[in-house]
Amino acid sequence: MTVASDFSDDVEPFRLSMLIYDKRYRSYTLQIITIALFMLAVGWLVSNVVQNFRDLGKEFSFAFLWEPASYDINQRLIEYTSRSPHWKAAVVGILNTLVLAFLGCIAATILGVAIGVMRLSKNWLVSRLMTIYIEGFRNVPVLLWILLASTAFSAMLPAPRQAPVLLGGGFVPTNRGFYVPAPIWESGSGVLAIIFLLSLVGAWFFGRWARAKQAATGEILPVFWIRLAIIILPVLFFYFILGRPIGLSLPELKGFNFQGGGFVRNSFMALWIALSLYTAAFIAENVRSGIQAISKGQTEAAYSLGLPPNRTMNLVILPQALRIIIPPLISQYLNLTKNSSLAIAVGYMDITGTLGGITLNQTGREMESLLLVMGFYLIVSLLISGVMNVYNNSVAIKER
Amino acid sequence: MKTKLLTLALGAAAIATVSTSASAATLDDVKAKGFLQCGVSTGVPGFAFTDDAGDWQGFDPALCRAMAAAIFGDAKAVKFTPTTGKTRFTALASGEVDVLARNTTETFSRDVDLKFTFAPVNYYDGQGFMVRKSLGVTSAKNLSGATICIQTGTTTELNLADYFRANNMTYEPVPIETNAEAQEKYLANACDVYTTDASGLAATRAAFEKPGDHMLLPEIISKEPLAPLTRHGDDQWADILKWTLNVLINAEELGVTAANADDMLANSKLPSIRRLLGAEGDFGTKLGLGNDWSLNAIKAGGNYGEIYDKYIGPKTAIGLERGLNQLWSKGGILYAAPVR
Repeated sequence: MTVASDFSDDVEPFRLSMLIYDKRYRSYTLQIITIALFMLAVGWLVSNVVQNFRDLGKEFSFAFLWEPASYDINQRLIEYTSRSPHWKAAVVGILNTLVLAFLGCIAATILGVAIGVMRLSKNWLVSRLMTIYIEGFRNVPVLLWILLASTAFSAMLPAPRQAPVLLGGGFVPTNRGFYVPAPIWESGSGVLAIIFLLSLVGAWFFGRWARAKQAATGEILPVFWIRLAIIILPVLFFYFILGRPIGLSLPELKGFNFQGGGFVRNSFMALWIALSLYTAAFIAENVRSGIQAISKGQTEAAYSLGLPPNRTMNLVILPQALRIIIPPLISQYLNLTKNSSLAIAVGYMDITGTLGGITLNQTGREMESLLLVMGFYLIVSLLISGVMNVYNNSVAIKER
Repeated sequence: MKTKLLTLALGAAAIATVSTSASAATLDDVKAKGFLQCGVSTGVPGFAFTDDAGDWQGFDPALCRAMAAAIFGDAKAVKFTPTTGKTRFTALASGEVDVLARNTTETFSRDVDLKFTFAPVNYYDGQGFMVRKSLGVTSAKNLSGATICIQTGTTTELNLADYFRANNMTYEPVPIETNAEAQEKYLANACDVYTTDASGLAATRAAFEKPGDHMLLPEIISKEPLAPLTRHGDDQWADILKWTLNVLINAEELGVTAANADDMLANSKLPSIRRLLGAEGDFGTKLGLGNDWSLNAIKAGGNYGEIYDKYIGPKTAIGLERGLNQLWSKGGILYAAPVR
């Protein structure tokens, strides 16, 4: 042991057993063993993959992404045909995933906050009903809720030819999906869109002015109603002046299915509803715990200043509770996004269904496809966390 | 000290990662396990289904049973694994099954790109369409705008896209995983049309409560040569599958059945039958099996014709005529290489 000679005489010479029994070395020993085991595991996995690829005579390549996909996808937000390449099929799937995740997160948040607040209601019936809802949804796997929603739609709703046409042709529920009116943009609709945007800006400025006025004089204006009027009235006025530039295309039964209008497939509806309701139950619990974490003194102080209960909630409690609610909310958004891969169970063509499903199967590129799908979910999850963390920092308590 | 230990650990890691040895011959593995692992579909009436006792029966499992009989002399030495259109190739490539007998269409890319070896075709099929008679549709050309149920991960999915594109028609695909799921959706009228191989459609329709309300459209839009398959790279194993199937077809051609096989072996003077049953030559030994391999394979479930008639033939509820799947000598295209 050459090392031992480096030590001065009064230090006891190094012995091998000191690696375990001497505190100075023990942590190094353990860490090095851990690193070695970890690298062994990784090395074994990689060599296993390489060996299996060699055994099968396959090579690791992403060239298949540029070959024609040759299959059709029902819900596509961009131009796609069966002649488009596999990467485009993957993009169609990615967009389908993102739409589902985005709408799901919005619906789950609205529902979750409402339910969480209602669970704390002093009304016995309301709070108990919300408890039942939360416990019911939290404790059953989300896949079952998705399948239940999907089965309910396809088994209980009528086929297109027997389907009732509701709201004067505006809404047709069928066992294949829901047909709704779609807007037709005619000339002049651009002007209307600009007016709408201007109204939004106007409403924002009004809000600022009203707040400034309240700060200066204490007078509270009916901001909500005035804002609504600013947004709606000019658009409505010019809509008729310009000769109704935005028409509606109504669904009509032609041949096998309804044509025209918009079509929301059952697979999407089932997923959206089930994922939103399921995640909302978790968010409701986050909201409840966030609110309960705010000391009761805050409420009492607000009441003693004369604030009514709803303003107490909106202006005093929720802004403080948000700081506690947001970090777990991020993980609920991530859960919802990742759970959307259960789409495969009801035939919704998300990224798992296109790239991780049909493309994988038709090309036989399991490793490449799955790595890409996993990479996608990783990136999306990190992006959601990143954005939400920025938001969290903006509402968190500022240490000054 | 630290550096030394780290180097040591790295070295150990590097040595230990030297890969596991390449897999041994499939036949040896199968013999060591004592049973054959066979991939079948999740259930298509006539082609693959479980009977009241829970045992797999049907046109496809029968081939695996014949193969098990050829290897072990025991038609029951099979472990069946149900696979969907999506999971089947992974199951075979990963070694979860040794042979896939599952209404699988032989194609270039599956052979060359996915690295599988196909045995001779055991069922010549084509893709068809099933609709309700009440729709009043008489041709696949009238299907523009229809909602179509289709199993994902199949060749039918690709044919369908090609066919509708070639004919300038649109459709709404409803992707589903299994035949049972398709049946449920189709019967609930969640899709107007169900498309898959014509044999599968006939089989599915036979299981309906009112088969008469549904019809197959006259168009057959593709060639679907269905064949059993194994992994690339083990020729001996592929040969066992190939020649088990050839033996069954040759047996029908030569009039050897499950019932008369023993008698034929003892008494037949025809050289072709004597070779087929192992009375002459040592074909079985050359395959790595016993010389009674072909006799056992035939006795397991009968020759090709017997299997066909038992599970999917005209006298069954499925009621599929032999058609292309008749022997070449009787007007079909079934033509097996001779055992010699």
